[in-house]
Amino acid sequence: MAEPSHYLPRSEFPRLLSVLASAGYRCVGPRVRDGAVVYEPISGVEDLPKGVHDRQVPGQYQLEQTAEPRFFAWANGPQALRPLTFAGRDKLWSAERKPDGSIDFKSDPPEAEPVAVIGARACDLAALYVYDRHFMQSAYPDPWYTARRQKLFLIAVHCTHPSLNCFCASTGDGPRASYGYDLALSELDDGFLIEARSEKGERILAALPVREASAEQIETADREIEDAGRRQVKGLPSRNLKDVLFARLDHPRWNEVAQRCLSCTNCTLVCPTCFCHSENDVASLDGSRSEHYREWDSCFTQRHSYIHGITIRPDTRTRYRQWLTHKVGSWHDQFGRSGCVGCGRCITWCPVGIDITEELAAICR
Amino acid sequence: MDRKLRVAVHKFSSCDGCQLAFLNAGEELVELFELANVVHFAEAGIVDPDARADLAFIEGSISTHEEQERIRRVRENTRFLVPIGACATSGCLQALRNQADAARWFADVYSDPSKIDHLDTATPIAANVSVDLELWGCPVNTRQVMATVSSLLLGAPPREDKEKLCMECKRKNIVCVMVTQGQHCMGPVTRTGCGVLCPGIGRDCYGCYGPAENINGDAWGRWLEQKGMPAERIARRFRYIHSEAEAFREAGRRWREKS
Amino acid sequence: MQNPYLPREAEIVERIQEAPTIFTLKLRFTDPAAQPGYAYVPGQFNMIYLYGIGEVAISIVSDPDETETLDHTIRAVGRVTRALSRLKPGDRIGVRGPYGRGWPLLEAQGKDVALITGGLGCAPLVSVIRYIVARRERFRRLLIMQGVKRSDDLIWHEQYQRWRQLPDTEVLLAAEVAEPGWTWHEGLVTALFDRAEIDPGQTIVFLCGPEPMMRASIYELGQRGVADEDIWLSMERNMHCGLGHCGHCMIGAPFVCRNGPVFPYPELKALLGKKGF
Repeated sequence: MAEPSHYLPRSEFPRLLSVLASAGYRCVGPRVRDGAVVYEPISGVEDLPKGVHDRQVPGQYQLEQTAEPRFFAWANGPQALRPLTFAGRDKLWSAERKPDGSIDFKSDPPEAEPVAVIGARACDLAALYVYDRHFMQSAYPDPWYTARRQKLFLIAVHCTHPSLNCFCASTGDGPRASYGYDLALSELDDGFLIEARSEKGERILAALPVREASAEQIETADREIEDAGRRQVKGLPSRNLKDVLFARLDHPRWNEVAQRCLSCTNCTLVCPTCFCHSENDVASLDGSRSEHYREWDSCFTQRHSYIHGITIRPDTRTRYRQWLTHKVGSWHDQFGRSGCVGCGRCITWCPVGIDITEELAAICR
Repeated sequence: MDRKLRVAVHKFSSCDGCQLAFLNAGEELVELFELANVVHFAEAGIVDPDARADLAFIEGSISTHEEQERIRRVRENTRFLVPIGACATSGCLQALRNQADAARWFADVYSDPSKIDHLDTATPIAANVSVDLELWGCPVNTRQVMATVSSLLLGAPPREDKEKLCMECKRKNIVCVMVTQGQHCMGPVTRTGCGVLCPGIGRDCYGCYGPAENINGDAWGRWLEQKGMPAERIARRFRYIHSEAEAFREAGRRWREKS
Repeated sequence: MQNPYLPREAEIVERIQEAPTIFTLKLRFTDPAAQPGYAYVPGQFNMIYLYGIGEVAISIVSDPDETETLDHTIRAVGRVTRALSRLKPGDRIGVRGPYGRGWPLLEAQGKDVALITGGLGCAPLVSVIRYIVARRERFRRLLIMQGVKRSDDLIWHEQYQRWRQLPDTEVLLAAEVAEPGWTWHEGLVTALFDRAEIDPGQTIVFLCGPEPMMRASIYELGQRGVADEDIWLSMERNMHCGLGHCGHCMIGAPFVCRNGPVFPYPELKALLGKKGF
């Protein structure tokens, strides 16, 4: 990178957390829980997954503990920014029925606290760009998404340890984070290169005991990121598959993948760009109060396409096809880009290891 | 409403556990007795089995001649009839005899099996009379039964939960035990509704809420087979609590044939 | 920030049983300040909330210039609509909207307008008929073609009789199964095309009904030289939010709630009738 980069020694890294805390942010970062790297509140660097590597192959995710000093020597976990912005379940409003039969609607306005996320990946930030357009740059901005999103302080860590399921280099979204962050880190064995991208980021950076990074440090960091891209073994046939997919809606592979697919929704619920949700009411037993929720939904359910007696997508073939033709096809018309950021989560967290890159290769070949 | 909703809770062949969804409901149980006229609920001490009801919850499978007769009377006396729990929706464990030599089992257990009134099969309520809604689960929980009451009081049947358990795991940010630990989790083929009790404490789902809609038991089993699980063990995963629920029965039969 | 998901309370002013399963609810916002600011065009829809049960998308059938009530004609087919059918005047519900793109009534001015409906799906077009009839001088010929499964299903008999008396107005009705006394055509609505006068290039067509019926109509219109761009259709899909957020209603890229429910045919041509979309 042409920009001057700053160097923060590893011994000073805890200062980043304390500076963020004194700037009013709650820190959320990667930590190990239940055998995976998850993004949850952290109270200090001791919570970070030091020396942890992840091994991801289709349908499998395992962590390995090493004695290495690095905190970010893994690719990703089942989720990152998605639950922090678009939560699994949100109460949108509540209603009370008065004895005279009138209904009193009450909006429970979302209140978000400032949150600093440490360790966002380039793929996660690319996905957040899609969510921003969908939920926030809408004619009807979503108050829950917007409140949380506007309070986020994003610290990217350029990826140097892609998993075997990663293919962000092929989608053009990584491994280097190039937009959407406040601060970006490159992790070296002895410390971090750090770069600010926003005014908020500059203010935090100014409070850190950094020194100018050496040309050698910059070169090492750049090389590791470039290597991370080169090491990726998976990829998509092209960045825009819309025309080819819609020309092959009757391809036999849709039937074939439906024999393997569980229609279990996991791919769509770990995907950082999938946005489908349903709305449901939960009434109190006496009916005096009802709460209206939205929760994650998926195009793999029957209910998703149900309309008075007709299910538009009754089988796995049409549901899987809906997912892919939307994700990497009609997505281009909606968002000006594909909905796939190459994070590989749908491959890892598919309980039977279906690989989107293999399916697309077979259909688009 | 000009009069209170008349609610009945009937028991057939079962362990009584589903009725605890009412008895353990705490304040909501008190509220239920205020809102509704509970006309029959033997476990709660109210006995009038032939009472007319707007809404009847039915626990248990039909396993005896007496039960065959009684469920017909209950149907006649009920406007909205809701089987609750595995016994009432698929036959539960006692339905394992449907695929076995039931007479021999009785002979093995009872010294004089001729004294036992039993049918060769244990069947779900819907196989005997028409039903208006089914609540799955072994056992069902308070949320399910109370949501049914409140929804009907508001004028519509409740929404049916038939999605896969995985959805609830993901919404709750529970890390997948199948992908991280290779556990034989039935979440991808099981109906939601339990609140992810098992994966929530790091163990595999064993399918006690029965099959979800549009399951793929073949693909689920093939994956485990590739990981070294014998076909007979895969078959047994399906031939357990909901062995007679159609989707599990068929998946279990195919895996047994392979073994 | 405003909560776009929040309904506003409305009162049922009148309930009309149109047919055994079809009813109209005439609504008025309980907050008098809400009514004046509420503007819509025929073809748009509201999310109607039944207390404690849920929301459902229903098209608006009243005339946008008559601000007395907001009318919705509903078929009782699902969990929410069946329960809505049991409501009485004075009962309260929630309303949010209007949403989506309505019928292109400005483009239709000065043209022949053909309104073709099938099944029980005529409600979104009845508002258009009323709109045109009330402003008859702005439009040229008006052709109304309506097909129903059983002749008993036809609602608004008297109105069809009244409309056919209007100048430059042709009404053609068809029932697949005709009961004694049915004086109109027995058969499919598409059979009416041979009797209809359609002047391609001068005609704009609005379609509403089951998708096979709309596809068959598009074929017949094409045979008669009507350009794809002159055909508009109203689509129905599962909707939860109505705002273009929840993802249920997409047909390929378009969100039916946001980009529709009324579409010019070319926008849907590639996927219309394709199973699964």
